[in-house]
Amino acid sequence: MSPEIASRTTQPRRHGSNSGQPLTRRDGVLKVTGRATYAADNHPEGMLYAVTAISRIARGRVTALDVTAAKAHPGVVEILTPANRPPLSHDPEEKMLPFGFRVEVLQNDGVRYVGQPIALVIAETLEAATEGAALLNPQYEVADARTNLSNGDRFDTASVGIGMPARTAHGDIAVGLAAATHVIEADYVTPAQYHNAMEPHAVVAEWDGDRVTLDMPNQAMALSCASYAAYFGIPAENVLIRSPFLGGGFGSKAILNGPQILAILAARLLKRPVKLALTRAQMYGPVGHRGHTWQKLRIGTDSNGRLTALHHHALCATSSFDEFLEAAANASLPLYESPAILVEHEGLRLDTGTPGPMRAPGEASGSATLEVAMDEAAVACGMDPLEFRLANYAETEPGTGRPFSSKALRECYSEGAKRFGWAGRPIEPRQMRDENGFLVGWGMGTAVFHCPHFPAEARATLRADGTALVETAGADMGQGAWTALAQIAAEALGLDPDQVEFHSGVSSLPDGGIAGGSGHTASAGLALNNAGEDAIAKLAALATADPASPLFGAGNIGVVARSGRLHRLDDDGRSESYVEILARAGQAEVIGTAKAARDQEAAAAHAMFSHGAVFAEVKVDPDLGQIRATRLVGAFAAGRVINPRLVRSQYFGGMIWGASFALHEEAITDHRTGRIMNADLAEYHIPVNADVPSLDAILIEENDPYVNPLGIKGVGEIGITGTVGAVANAVWHATGVRVRRFPIRIEDLIIGWDTSRK
Amino acid sequence: MNRFDYIRPASVPEAVAAAAVPGSTYLAAGTNLLDLMKVGTMRPERVIDITRLPGLDHIEWLADGSVRIGAMVRNSDLAYDARFARTFPAVAEALLSGASAQLRNAATVGGNLMQRTRCAYFHDLASACNRRMAGSGCDARDGENRLHAVLGWSEHCIATHPSDFCVPLVALDAVAEVEGPHGARDIPVDLLHALPGATPERETALAPGELIVALRLPSEAASFSGNARYLKLRERTSYAFAVVSAAAALEIEGGLIRKARIALGGVAAKPWRAREAEAALVDMPASTEAFTKAAELALADALPSGDNAFKIELARRIVVRALNLALEGTPEVMPALPASPFSTTAGATHVA
Ligand SMILES: Cc1cc2nc3c(=O)[nH]c(=O)nc-3n(C[C@H](O)[C@H](O)[C@H](O)COP(=O)(O)OP(=O)(O)OC[C@H]3O[C@@H](n4cnc5c(N)ncnc54)[C@H](O)[C@@H]3O)c2cc1C
Ligand code: SF4
Repeated sequence: MSPEIASRTTQPRRHGSNSGQPLTRRDGVLKVTGRATYAADNHPEGMLYAVTAISRIARGRVTALDVTAAKAHPGVVEILTPANRPPLSHDPEEKMLPFGFRVEVLQNDGVRYVGQPIALVIAETLEAATEGAALLNPQYEVADARTNLSNGDRFDTASVGIGMPARTAHGDIAVGLAAATHVIEADYVTPAQYHNAMEPHAVVAEWDGDRVTLDMPNQAMALSCASYAAYFGIPAENVLIRSPFLGGGFGSKAILNGPQILAILAARLLKRPVKLALTRAQMYGPVGHRGHTWQKLRIGTDSNGRLTALHHHALCATSSFDEFLEAAANASLPLYESPAILVEHEGLRLDTGTPGPMRAPGEASGSATLEVAMDEAAVACGMDPLEFRLANYAETEPGTGRPFSSKALRECYSEGAKRFGWAGRPIEPRQMRDENGFLVGWGMGTAVFHCPHFPAEARATLRADGTALVETAGADMGQGAWTALAQIAAEALGLDPDQVEFHSGVSSLPDGGIAGGSGHTASAGLALNNAGEDAIAKLAALATADPASPLFGAGNIGVVARSGRLHRLDDDGRSESYVEILARAGQAEVIGTAKAARDQEAAAAHAMFSHGAVFAEVKVDPDLGQIRATRLVGAFAAGRVINPRLVRSQYFGGMIWGASFALHEEAITDHRTGRIMNADLAEYHIPVNADVPSLDAILIEENDPYVNPLGIKGVGEIGITGTVGAVANAVWHATGVRVRRFPIRIEDLIIGWDTSRK
Repeated sequence: MNRFDYIRPASVPEAVAAAAVPGSTYLAAGTNLLDLMKVGTMRPERVIDITRLPGLDHIEWLADGSVRIGAMVRNSDLAYDARFARTFPAVAEALLSGASAQLRNAATVGGNLMQRTRCAYFHDLASACNRRMAGSGCDARDGENRLHAVLGWSEHCIATHPSDFCVPLVALDAVAEVEGPHGARDIPVDLLHALPGATPERETALAPGELIVALRLPSEAASFSGNARYLKLRERTSYAFAVVSAAAALEIEGGLIRKARIALGGVAAKPWRAREAEAALVDMPASTEAFTKAAELALADALPSGDNAFKIELARRIVVRALNLALEGTPEVMPALPASPFSTTAGATHVA
């Protein structure tokens, strides 16, 4: 402990050490000085470069590859094709539970989507490998591409998302609709979107006998180790994944993909380290995406504006060979009270890569359409959209009647509306103009996201010098896990965050669970908390059993850990520092460990969700149709907040993504070939700063005793939900034009113009 | 990327001599060329780096009031040159509406003029594209062509020229100075880019090996400085190519239009000068009515080349708006969102 920090004991102190404080990122300086090492920054001695050759057809067979020409290119070392690819110990057509997908690892010459790897070229330089891949000049036997509604195969499905039921019914929809005074019915389309994490998928693989070290961005280290182990026929503990930083993941780095497996295989074959980094364009295919959906909503309301029926049907695209269906319609389950709710899904097989979880999977696409439909229903009832949502507020989980573990959505609505200035909004569209003549519209949407909890483990070591080392294999995708998780651990240990060394991002550490589902802070955080508490308990046992300690005999009364000292619970004046306790006990350290999971009884008895309300202002050029989301205000209740600075930043990121979904983002497919024609960041539009000039996120306090002992829900994904609808509804309010296809485009808004398009 | 020779000539004659060898290409900042080489649309055997050629990075004011801009002057440097921006405000505004700050800091005047189309099929080697490979066909014709040309296109190619910079340049009669194997010549920017006709692979008037060394704006162009705007419709507020754009410049005397200049961007394989529309405005009172008529004339020959009929209507509307903005007068300071319809909106204080 530095003298400077020690002298702070004279300062007024807060109870506990740090949770709830807006600390800046512990890894911030590393990042802004370029010293944070991302996977592709690693260059072990003797490293080779691998580049995948990818198919440019959507379906068929590769009939020829000019391997001779490619091999003749200077610097090319080896080329893997289906003809010579070494065996793998796991069948890539076999799904590996729980999150395994079927992958393309050159198991045959078949092509099932554009962008599928059809060969791997390994060379001494990246340039040589790239040119080698180009020289392969593949020849194909081409079958028709099936990439749209008219030629995909529709199918019934029992499950959506990852293991969720495809159909849920409460009450009788027909009865509910018959009882309604107003029924709105509308069809909506959401496009395919691609994760486009800033950092491409990359791996640097280095084998040592039957052990392999993988530098790669990874959101699910323990699961991935087990999966790679299965592919390579080695024990899971022989796989070491190092993933200290991820340049974004959004779900796409939680699941194994073909190119990375092939690069690891090449490293084993050639007995040299191999690096592979996908290009931007190569990220449109083998690494998942948000699937295309076609949704229908029917909402019945009575004369008081209360729902009588809510029917949400989603047709969801998946690949021809695997299933990941957006659980879009499930977005209609938890939010609004209705005597009859029916959500159902169907699948559509297309010749594309398999979709996968992408930030707010299911909810993003489903909430987008639900919130627009709710707006349409409010209009039908002649009600203000906020008033309409309040009239249909669910006090308990709709259909099941289970209590919510906590739900401060009312406060979100009221605080958000107040900050935004919602009151006095004209109910009719096209009523507001700004001083420059732009059409102005205000819209809103409700945000909701479930809060899963993954099993996780951690270790906390209190050291003789009074500092601590805490460890878990967490993943920081940019959300700030390095900081927030350390704050939780420091609090449990009664230390300042500066006194806590945090090791994370390596698979050999205790399993930190999955960084997904907005559940990482809660899951890894609880493990760290419990490990810290375990270490403190062990330290307390030493002190209270030691006659020389001022805490002697306080075993039953208990102690509290604060500022590096244990205090008697009943007499704050009697205390002893960790340093003294360990010194007297002659111990170099005490180690606490924990395995944490959710209390299954609490989980069964409660509905657990984060909630929020998003309010949007858009401006639209009345002649030219250009749209701008000029103001976004979100208010969110997501349990306990560990670090408000990081949480706000997560909400901003989500809200920006929501604006992106509503106004910008879309993969454009040429349906003749199945090729995506805008697979680069110049043409695949996401918002720039000028598109989101004003963002505001309000953190609503919420105490949740049931989600987990820390009361933490999750904040990573909820910001998208609600926002898409809010922006789209604001566009309607500005223009009077209801666009039911995302993203909303300029031509949709040119009044008097035929808005039909492909 | 294919292997190529990298050549760094020390003078313009050396550069021209080096580029005379078939398979050569000039490299300026590379913001367009390198992208094209990475996807394989361009596979030059010799890359002639012109970034260190002496004397091409000056802005020179000539005695007659015209300005001569070296081909290596960076887009940002030109846009932020105070005298240039004051004299040719629509050009500065167009430059600042293009790409991103980082790209503008690198991109050169010559490279901007010579940048290639953004047609996705041109960039996709698996697609047929007459422009990339003569006679192979045009997959954009029945493909994703929402943003393709509505003027001057042919069955052989419906691509647009993406430059913003070039739009006010053609409106203001800018001229490119060229040096080549057969000596020096001037090419008006309006004649630099070719319409596709039956030979879309011939994109510009430059002969093989010819190098743009400078760009000249005539002194007459300065007479529009008080009433000149560039307006660009985009699918996001910044950092996107134009859906359609327009440069408009007026010389007004006693409420009557003395001279008018109108050019459209994003509508054709070249920046599209609308001379008939200009002529129709001369000696007319400046009014929305007159502007609407001019816009009709400017788009009289427009035809959708695919899924893009809406662009014709948008082009008409943007001409009217640009003329109205020009009539209001060039803003004192460059708008925070250059060329954006939202440039008047409060809230954005940076150049985006
Ligand atoms: C993401 C992105 C967004 C963009 N957005 C816009 C936009 O909104 N608006 C816009 O106008 N532009 C935009 N651009 C294009 C940008 O303006 C051009 O890439 C840039 O101007 C090219 O200049 P350069 O110096 O890099 O040229 P290079 O890439 O070096 O060269 C481009 C071409 O010109 C040739 N060339 C270069 N100099 C000369 C010369 N002196 N004589 C003869 N031939 C020459 C080269 O051989 C090459 O074929 C964008 C580009 C990117 C990558
Ligand atoms: S429009 Fe022109 S550039 Fe595009 S594919 Fe057709 S020929 Fe090529």
